[in-house]
Amino acid sequence: MAGGQQHTANSDHENHGDHGSPKLYIIGYILSIVLTIIPLVLVLNHVMSGVPLVATITIMAILQFLIQLFFFMHITEGEKPAYHVMTLALGVIMVFTIVAGSAWIMTFNASVS
Amino acid sequence: MLESIKTFASHFFVTGDPMIYGADASIVLVTVAILFVLTYFKKWRWLWDEWLTTVDHKKIGIMYALAAILMLFRGGVDALLMRTQLAFPNMHFLQAEHYNQIFTTHGTIMILFMAMPLMFAFFNIVVPLQIGARDVAYPYLNAVSFWLFFFGAMLLNLSFVIGGSPDAGWVSYPPLSELAFDKGPGENFYLLSISISGIGSLATGINFMVTILKMRAPGMKLMDMPLFTWSILATCIIIIFAFPVLTIALALLFIDRLAGAHFFTMLHGGNPMMFINLFWMWGHPEVYIVVLPAFGIYSEVVSTFAKKRIFGYKSMVASMMLISIISYFTWTHHFFTMGSGADVNTFFAISTMAIGVPTGVKVFNWLFTMYRGRIRLTLPMLWTIAFVPCFAIGGATGVMLAVAPADYQYHNSYFLIAHFHQVLIGGVVFGYFAGLYYWWPKMFGHVLNEKLGRWSFWFWNIGFYVCFMPQYALGFMGMTRRLYTYPHGLGWSSLNLVSTIGAFMMGIGFLFQGAQILHGIKFGKRDTTGDPWDGRTLEWSLPSPAPHYNFATIPQIKGRDAWWTMKEEMKQPGYKKEPVHIEPIHMPKSSGRPFIMSVFFFIAGFGLTFDWIWMGVIGAIGVGITLLARSFEYDTDYYVPVDEIERTEAALGRL
Repeated sequence: MAGGQQHTANSDHENHGDHGSPKLYIIGYILSIVLTIIPLVLVLNHVMSGVPLVATITIMAILQFLIQLFFFMHITEGEKPAYHVMTLALGVIMVFTIVAGSAWIMTFNASVS
Repeated sequence: MLESIKTFASHFFVTGDPMIYGADASIVLVTVAILFVLTYFKKWRWLWDEWLTTVDHKKIGIMYALAAILMLFRGGVDALLMRTQLAFPNMHFLQAEHYNQIFTTHGTIMILFMAMPLMFAFFNIVVPLQIGARDVAYPYLNAVSFWLFFFGAMLLNLSFVIGGSPDAGWVSYPPLSELAFDKGPGENFYLLSISISGIGSLATGINFMVTILKMRAPGMKLMDMPLFTWSILATCIIIIFAFPVLTIALALLFIDRLAGAHFFTMLHGGNPMMFINLFWMWGHPEVYIVVLPAFGIYSEVVSTFAKKRIFGYKSMVASMMLISIISYFTWTHHFFTMGSGADVNTFFAISTMAIGVPTGVKVFNWLFTMYRGRIRLTLPMLWTIAFVPCFAIGGATGVMLAVAPADYQYHNSYFLIAHFHQVLIGGVVFGYFAGLYYWWPKMFGHVLNEKLGRWSFWFWNIGFYVCFMPQYALGFMGMTRRLYTYPHGLGWSSLNLVSTIGAFMMGIGFLFQGAQILHGIKFGKRDTTGDPWDGRTLEWSLPSPAPHYNFATIPQIKGRDAWWTMKEEMKQPGYKKEPVHIEPIHMPKSSGRPFIMSVFFFIAGFGLTFDWIWMGVIGAIGVGITLLARSFEYDTDYYVPVDEIERTEAALGRL
C-alpha cells in the first residue's frame, strides 16, 4: 500500500501481523497439486464419464478454491469488520447467477436444434 | 515502390471523405498548436511534474473531468452529424458506412469515455474529502487507472482518421463484429480500447471501495457517511462484479478475430447469443454504475440547497444497496426477443420492474427533502429539479419496455432510443452537470457564471424534449434504430426534422457551458471561504482548492452532516477554537511510471489492432518491465514537514 495513510497515524511501517507458518503454505501447496492431479488422471485414463466425472471435477475445484482462501489468502485473519468475507459471499452469489443464469437462458438452444 | 507506399497508406489512413480530410487537418493543426504553446512558454517540465506524474487524487480528478468534457464534445458532434443525416428523407449528408461508424462511436464514447470518466472525476475529487481522508487507498494505482482510461480513449479516437472507426454498433454483436463480416481494423480498435480502459475502471472500483471502507476519519461510522459516498460504495460493488464479465466477453471476441477461434461463430459450434448474454451482464449493471453517483449528487445538492437534512437517509442507503444487487438480475430484458422462452422472460420482466421500486423511493425522498425547505435555485439545484420530471417519464417508458410481450413491439425501435436517452441524459448527464456546478469551486477555486449557466440550462432542457419526444412517436410509427435513411411518404419527415432541431438546441446549450468555463477562468468569482454554498459535508470545511495533503489535522466526526454540526458548534456562545496541533503528514511520491506503462499499453493495443504482432509484443514487454520495476521500488513515500504545512495553512488563513 504505497503511501496509503492509516488512521492509527505513523503506523505505516509496523508489522501487519503474522502471515502463517511456512508449514501451512507447504500443506496448501501439496493439497493443491493433489487436487489438480486427480481430475487429470480421471480424464486421461477414462475412469469415469458423463455426470459423475463433471461432478467430481466440480467438487475438486471447490476444494481447491477453499484451499486458496484458507491456506494462501488468510481469509480468517485480519481486523474486524470482515468486509472481505462479505464481498466474497456476494462474489459467490454473482458467480452462481452468471453461470446458472446463462445456462438457463441458453438452454432454449437445445430445444430449438 | 511508390505504388506499395500508396497501398499501405490507403489501408492505414482513412481516405475518400472530405469531412475526414478536414478532421485530419484539424488534428494536425491542434497538435502543432499544443506543441508550440508548450515549448514557447517552457511548460514541458511543469506538465510532467505537476500533471503527468501526479498521484494527487484531486489533480487526477480534474484530468478525468477535462477529458470527459472533451469526449462529450466529440460524442455530441457525432450525435449532431447523425441527426443531420436523418433530418430529411433521402438525405445524402453522410455515406452509409460513415454513418454506421458514427453511431457506433457515439454510443461507445458517451458511455465509456464520457460518462465513466466524469463519474471517476467525482470519485476522485469528492470522496476522500467527504470522508476526511488525505488520499485514496492506492494512489499509485489511481494514476495507473487514469492513464489507462486516457490512452484507451485515445486509441478509440485515433480510429477516426487511422484505419477506420468500428461500425458494428456500440454493443458490437457477433456475427456482425466477427472477422468474416467486419474485416477492417475498426472493430479491433473498439475491442482493445475498451479492454485497456476497462482495466483502469476495475482498479478504480477496487481502490475506492477500500478507501471508503478503510480510510474514513475517526468517528465516522458507515451510517454517518454522506449519501454521495454511499452511492460511490454501491457503484464500486457493481464495478467490481460487472467489469470482469465485459473483459472476458470482449477478450473472447478478440480471440475469435485475431486467432481464429469460434466462441461466437454458429457454424463451428460457437454461439453468438452467448456474447449478447455476457455483454448485457455487464451492460445492464453499467447503467446503474453511471446513474448511482448521479443519485448521490442529487442527494447532496437537494439537502444543501433546501437547507435540510436529507429525508429518509436510511431508506436512501437501503435503496442504493438494493439497486446495486438487483441490477445484476435484470440483464435479459435487453434481449427478450432472442426467444429464451416464457419462463426466462417472465423472471427478468419482474426483476426489471422490481428495480423501479427503490428508484422511486429515492425520488420521493428528494421531493420530501425539498418540501418546506428553504430552496435556493442555484444551477446545481435547477438541474436537480429538471431531473425529476425527466426521469419520471424515462422510468414510465422503461416499465413499458419491461413488459416482455409488449417489448416485441418496441424492440430496436426509436421508442427504445428515446427511452434510454431520457434516463441517461435526464438521470446521468443532468446529475453530472449538477455535480460539476456544485463542486467546480472546490476543484478550481472559483464559481461559474450564473447567467450563462441559465441560458445553457434552458437550451439543454427545452432542446432535450424537442429532440426526444418526437422519437417516441417515431418508434410507434415503425422507425427502427441504426436507420441510415428513409423514403418520403412514411409520415416520419416532420417529426425527424423537429428532433434534429432539438439536438442542435442541446448543442447550443453545450456551447454556453463552454463559454461559461472560459468566462470562469477569466472573471470567475474567487471562492475565499471554501464554503460557497453553505454546505453540510466535510469537503466544504477545506479551502478551495484544497491543499495537496487535504486536511492539516484529521477531523473528529460526531455524526451525519459533519461540517454542518461543526458550524453549529462554532456558532454556540462561548465556543473556543481548539489549538491546531500539526504533525508531519505522510504522502505518496509522484511517479512517471503509470504514464509510461500506459504508453506501452497503447503501443501494444495499436499494434494488435493492425495485427502487427511484433508491435504488440514490444508493448507487452514494456508493460511487463514497468510492472517489474515497480516491485523493486522501495522509496515511494515521504513526510510533509510541519513548517511547510504551517506556511501553507497560514497563507490560506487557516491558523
